Amino acid sequence: MNIYVLLKRTFDTEEKISIQNGQIAEDGAEFIINPYDEYAVEEAIQVRDAHGGEVTVVTVGGEESEKQLRTALAMGADKAVLINTEDDLDHGDQFTTAKILAHYLKEQEVDLILAGNVAIDGGSGQVGPRVAEQLDIPYVTTITKLEIDGGTVTVTRDVEGDSEVIETSLPLLVTAQQGLNEPRYPSLPGIMKAKKKPLDEVELDDIDLDEDEVEAKTKTIEIYLPPKKEAGKVLEGELDAQVSELVSLLRNEAKVI
Amino acid sequence: MARKVLVLGEVRDGSLRNVSFEAIAAGKTVSEGGEVVAVLIGKSVSALGEEMIQYGADKVVVVEDDKLEQYTPDGYSQAVLSVIDQEKPEGIIFGHTALGKDLSPKVASKLSTGLISDATDLEEAGGNLVFTRPIYSGKAFEKKIVTGGVIFATIRPNNIEPLAKDESRTGEVSSLSVDIKDLRTIIKEVVRKASEGVDLSEAKVIIAGGRGVKSEDGFNPLQELADVLGGAVGASRGACDADYCDYSLQIGQTGKVVTPDLYIACGISGAIQHLAGMSNSKVIVAINKDPEANIFNVADYGIVGDLFEVVPMLTEEFKKLKVSSS
Repeated sequence: MNIYVLLKRTFDTEEKISIQNGQIAEDGAEFIINPYDEYAVEEAIQVRDAHGGEVTVVTVGGEESEKQLRTALAMGADKAVLINTEDDLDHGDQFTTAKILAHYLKEQEVDLILAGNVAIDGGSGQVGPRVAEQLDIPYVTTITKLEIDGGTVTVTRDVEGDSEVIETSLPLLVTAQQGLNEPRYPSLPGIMKAKKKPLDEVELDDIDLDEDEVEAKTKTIEIYLPPKKEAGKVLEGELDAQVSELVSLLRNEAKVI
Repeated sequence: MARKVLVLGEVRDGSLRNVSFEAIAAGKTVSEGGEVVAVLIGKSVSALGEEMIQYGADKVVVVEDDKLEQYTPDGYSQAVLSVIDQEKPEGIIFGHTALGKDLSPKVASKLSTGLISDATDLEEAGGNLVFTRPIYSGKAFEKKIVTGGVIFATIRPNNIEPLAKDESRTGEVSSLSVDIKDLRTIIKEVVRKASEGVDLSEAKVIIAGGRGVKSEDGFNPLQELADVLGGAVGASRGACDADYCDYSLQIGQTGKVVTPDLYIACGISGAIQHLAGMSNSKVIVAINKDPEANIFNVADYGIVGDLFEVVPMLTEEFKKLKVSSS
């Protein structure tokens, strides 16, 4: 089975965000594989181990994304592809990324594509379904379980707390929700092996795409931090008095009850 | 510039979700004096058209089919795209719900347009429609515009005020017949987990528990408080990782991002990853044994104490309030 994972490099969830020259400051920040993509990598490895085949992780980004691709290889993926847009694109949006990925994947033999259901930085959750649409294959988002039996695929999907059991078939794109699996940590031998695994780098030219064809359809005009929240009032006194005071504050001062 | 704007009404359990009315309000802003056309999709939903009109839609197009009884991306995208083909809107608004998140990228991709997801606000500024949306799960915000083509956005529930309901408003409710075919994903079963409570993403009040709840049963007092306030129960990653509750309750940078009117954090320390999911709530109350807990830095009101003492007392106090005001 040919399995592809769409992966994004993101800020570590424990990082504080600051702004420099109108952009999110990246200096000194820790970067990780987007946590939802990590579930996708883990699931891909499990599917390969059960059904055979090969796992390829693909990302669109710059040179620095190599680190996250190597981490996925160390977890157990077989190959990695970096579609390097550093020299070609100043800024892209989800239209851009999806078009690049779909364009690349169209030329590959694909049975199953996994991605995270959302990236914790941009938070749009668009790229997976857009890629599936462009490849004209079905998709199921926010999955918590994946079972493949011959040509039949049974997927459990989280829908705002409810679960849907969905039957579909390959080729298929799914996006991972938390709870799908427990991603493994790369082992030391895994890390050693990863250094020798193939990591291909391609540019837009190599996949016959022109910058104009992937020009973003949206534009960010401002980035700002939310107003800093003032620490509020910590109540004092006997506990029951505090509770009554809180209720009265919520009712009369905050007016939310 | 007056535009025709399409808004999707979302039906659950036979009634319209609030976000449908919020989408109409957003659609009105995008329309800049033009027409707001609501779309309703389902098996038998035309009776709900009138309510969409009362909330400000100018007309309603209904697509009904047995194959649309449940949401599937293939079925719904065929229905929506047929309406788009008929109406040729210059703006499209969906709710940023499970359905909207799943459907909107497919429709945007088909139309080859951009899509601004999860907007919490929009305004006309300098000749542009400017959408505000959280990034890094609310640690920062961005203002975004569409640079070409249809203005397509999804709006986060609970953030855009619906227009006042006007029962005297009238408008045309028409139906469009669409030949729905080739559903490539089939729903075999729906297991309702959230049905007993209020949906987290739309809840006005959220009572959330962290590691401090100590066990699955530890959530019981939180549920009781939520019931009294008509709210929903949520959790931090710590509580989910410790198996005290299901991951579907998780609030944070991984998990749900919520903006209720009232957020009561019980036994939650306030890790950055959790704050990202809730710090934009209107009013935050923290209950924690540890006076140094980071959650107090974002809370409007704090009580230093054991949640197992404080939460039941709060429940009682709110019960009294309910009795006296009813």
